[in-house]
Amino acid sequence: MIDTLDYQIISLTQTGLPLTPQPYQTIADELGVSVERVMQKMQQMTEQGIIRRIGVVPNHYRLGYTHNGMTVWNIADEFVDEMGTKVGQLDFVSHCYHRPRHEPEWHYNLFAMVHSKTEQGVNQQIQIITELLGEYNLGQDVLYSTRILKKTGLRVGGKRV
Amino acid sequence: MDVIDKKIINYLQGGFPICESPYQVVANQLELTEAELIKRIENLLEVGILSRFGPLYHAEQMGGALTLAAVKVPEQQFDHIAEIINAFPEVAHNYERNHELNMWFVVATDLPGRLTEVIDEIQQKTGLKVYNMPKINEYFVGLKLEA
Repeated sequence: MIDTLDYQIISLTQTGLPLTPQPYQTIADELGVSVERVMQKMQQMTEQGIIRRIGVVPNHYRLGYTHNGMTVWNIADEFVDEMGTKVGQLDFVSHCYHRPRHEPEWHYNLFAMVHSKTEQGVNQQIQIITELLGEYNLGQDVLYSTRILKKTGLRVGGKRV
Repeated sequence: MDVIDKKIINYLQGGFPICESPYQVVANQLELTEAELIKRIENLLEVGILSRFGPLYHAEQMGGALTLAAVKVPEQQFDHIAEIINAFPEVAHNYERNHELNMWFVVATDLPGRLTEVIDEIQQKTGLKVYNMPKINEYFVGLKLEA
């Protein structure tokens, strides 16, 4: 689990890494610890999976990926892990999850996000998933994002830095 | 966004090093100066081509909790409801989608118990039923989008 220093590093970096030539030194200075300690902690958090990765998150739309579809599928629960694993391996799927249904209004329990620059591209991607699922697919839909209403990083305890 | 910006975006989706002068290391790889790399990242963030640059944390691994939730919002109330929901600092993302469930948002909290509180508060403040869809299993999270 995370300790106090991890928590302080998370609080300080969850809105982004400092854009200074020595960003870890900048964090260390803020926290009054050595840069070695900060780098060691961040390395450790990466190995533990607390940090998924350090890098950039592009705005899909601004890169030309205008067709961002949340594809949703109704798969019998006993097969959803097997099917989810397969769908998650497709190179155009960015997120793939098993989520609960809300019957009677929402039948879908497998979610896969797909991204393309064209409508034709996204339709092809959906076709590939449909073929992959075959008879295990009991129903499907695709929801497109039509507007980003909010997009920020995760916040620890609502604290902003 | 020019060729160099694209190179930076593609490279940095793959990762950023942990070392004393990481911008210098990346700049060398991309045949840029450290100052130019920093200036370009800054600019890409400012103009909104990049939403974020830095460590991406795994909420559950931090002991926190995360869920995806949706609401059916009557069209004439849409902006008002978006404002109410976006005002919660725990709401990380919120998207309009073309479905009867037309607003989809991610709630992230550092304490698992807080998650249901936020969902309840959103239901009270909006008067709408929140369809809570926390993940049961994760099969894949990743992907690079080529710039």
